[in-house]
Amino acid sequence: MNHQVVTYLAEGVDWIRFDVDALLGQFWNNTIEGLSQGSIYALVALGYTLVYGVLRLINFAHSEVFVFGVFAAYFTFYGLGFRPGPTVTLGIGELILFLLLALIAAMAVSGATAVVLERVAYRPLRRRNAPSLVFLITAIGASFVMQQVLFIWRGGNAEQAIRLLRPEPVFTVFNTAVTNIQIITVLAALVLLVVADTFINRTRLGRGIRAVAQDPDTATLMGVNKERVIMITFLVGGLLAGAAALFYLMKIPQGASYQGGFLLGIKAFTAAVLGGIGNLRGALLGGLLLGVVENYGQSLFGGDWRDIVAFVLLIVILMFRPTGILGESLGKARV
Amino acid sequence: MLAAATSLVLGACAARTDTASGGDTAGTGNASAPDKPADAADPRGDGTAKCSGAAIAYAGTINGANAALGLNILYGVQLAVNQHNEANKDCQVELKQFDTEGTPDRATGVVPQVVNDSAILGVVGLPFSGESKATGDVFNQAGLVTITPSATNPELTTHGWKTFFRALGNDAVQGPAAAKFLTDNLKATKVCVIKDDSEYGTGLANAVVQALGDKASCQESVKTKQTDFAAVVGKVQSENPDAIFYAGYYQEAAPFAQQLFDKGVQAKFVAPDGVKDEEFVKGAGDAAPNSFFTCPCVPADAFTDFTNGYKQLANREPGTYSPEGYDAATILLKGIDKGITDRAGMLDFVRNYDGQGLTKRFKWDANGELTQTPVWSYKVDGGKIVKNVEIG
Repeated sequence: MNHQVVTYLAEGVDWIRFDVDALLGQFWNNTIEGLSQGSIYALVALGYTLVYGVLRLINFAHSEVFVFGVFAAYFTFYGLGFRPGPTVTLGIGELILFLLLALIAAMAVSGATAVVLERVAYRPLRRRNAPSLVFLITAIGASFVMQQVLFIWRGGNAEQAIRLLRPEPVFTVFNTAVTNIQIITVLAALVLLVVADTFINRTRLGRGIRAVAQDPDTATLMGVNKERVIMITFLVGGLLAGAAALFYLMKIPQGASYQGGFLLGIKAFTAAVLGGIGNLRGALLGGLLLGVVENYGQSLFGGDWRDIVAFVLLIVILMFRPTGILGESLGKARV
Repeated sequence: MLAAATSLVLGACAARTDTASGGDTAGTGNASAPDKPADAADPRGDGTAKCSGAAIAYAGTINGANAALGLNILYGVQLAVNQHNEANKDCQVELKQFDTEGTPDRATGVVPQVVNDSAILGVVGLPFSGESKATGDVFNQAGLVTITPSATNPELTTHGWKTFFRALGNDAVQGPAAAKFLTDNLKATKVCVIKDDSEYGTGLANAVVQALGDKASCQESVKTKQTDFAAVVGKVQSENPDAIFYAGYYQEAAPFAQQLFDKGVQAKFVAPDGVKDEEFVKGAGDAAPNSFFTCPCVPADAFTDFTNGYKQLANREPGTYSPEGYDAATILLKGIDKGITDRAGMLDFVRNYDGQGLTKRFKWDANGELTQTPVWSYKVDGGKIVKNVEIG
């Protein structure tokens, strides 16, 4: 047998390509897929944006708050008696019930995780007036600790896929099938965003959050309970991450892995910055934009360029609009 | 042979209800697992060996990443040593274990300990290509022979290391074999080759593309840890290939295969040894029954004596490179039984070795590559990975 060693330095293989045909041919598929992935980015991005708006803190451990939600949804499925293997067929009533249960579990676990994280990691630092650098390194440390706890508990392999709902085309747009899971994800993300937006802008608690974001000291003097506001901010961010976790697990059934939040967290944070950090609607816009642009980039330049395209876009937009597309808004005074 | 082929056809059809084909699977090659060769080297020997203070070592991942792969090998080695020691009361060989955690960083710290233990006459390891590359020169300078049962990067035998021997075919063998399987067995004329960004994936993908020639109708790449493959799936769907070859590991292969399946892509999914793991079957869900694997490893199904011993020792079925680990250890034990007491003698013994093992005939060329390297294809049946046919 021939044992001549082939040199694998790819000669004649393009290191970049401009496949306009693929970009145009795949345009609608990429757009629709990108919007559903972008909705997940947006829901996670809201958590980054809220905490940043109130505390000026980049909560790097938010990606793990999300992953805890993914595991909660997974074990809800498991607890309901579902096992890895072929997708089962469920009645519509059962399906909605089970998904709602998983949604509640994921939101509860992510919300609780976020609140506990705030209590354990950030509140003691705030009491001691620690500089912001300390908060940053604590956030990174907390992220690692939570990740490794999952690793020790569940090991390095992803959980075996459990799926309650198979993606089935519901209707087609421009010859591209739109699946039930995509519809659920996008609609739910929009609904949750409207709810969050209304909560922040129309309710008493929301006014408290905006007040603390604008000027914590004055807000305290005016009788706003700052600690409570901060706790609620983390809770809301956690609840939204929990919802994102369920939709993510429905889309990627193999997603329950200890390091499954890392890349998604960075992308969501990017989405938050892209739209204007501290701005709820900006998070949605940034998430959706990032989701589609990633796919366009992959089709146009090839898979190796997927992440590069997303981050080059971020840099370009920040060059022209340093506060993001919609600008910062949570802390802005409104009449 | 005919019966085996028929059952394969039935198995392939039963596994998927929505495709009519599947009968072309067993097109060429031998479909029955090889029996234990009559002249296969047995670690027990004739039971009259005499030695004292001799040891061999396993160095590789034990608790680290991808530990399952390392343990498959370690148990194979342990079985050979146990069988040897039970049969030869006057020659008790010690098996020393060193955990490299599968990473080059850790391996460079551990390998000097192996080299400095003068009782060790030979090493089975290191399992992975990256760690092998990082430590090959240390072994070479110490004159300590290493037989790797699973590192497949072709480049490893180009460094001029006199002590490096590979107990299986490398990726330059697996690549063309995979291409042959795709075109001859699966009768594919349009193949999409998808690679991840690892050393292993890119190297293997290029070898497959070269061997496929113009039958490689599309090429795409994905990133390690990517989970959303929508754009690649869309591209593959528009190409409508007969088969897909995924060069990478199971972590990405599982969601990728499932997303292909969900989009209605009917092409056969073929992946190499890095995906051939039960973890893939569990992860890919509905898509798993449509999958095939290529691997320079020989199915252990018919090695009854080996399999029984392995199950007793490890409390589970032999894994991907277990028989290869057993064979490698057996060669070192044969050397000790011959009365070899120093590393130079062992190196000389392995270099000139020519004998049948469980998996294949072991005879190395000057670079440390085997002269005979079978590659097998595997498939998913009943939620388990089972042998398909030998490619060639």
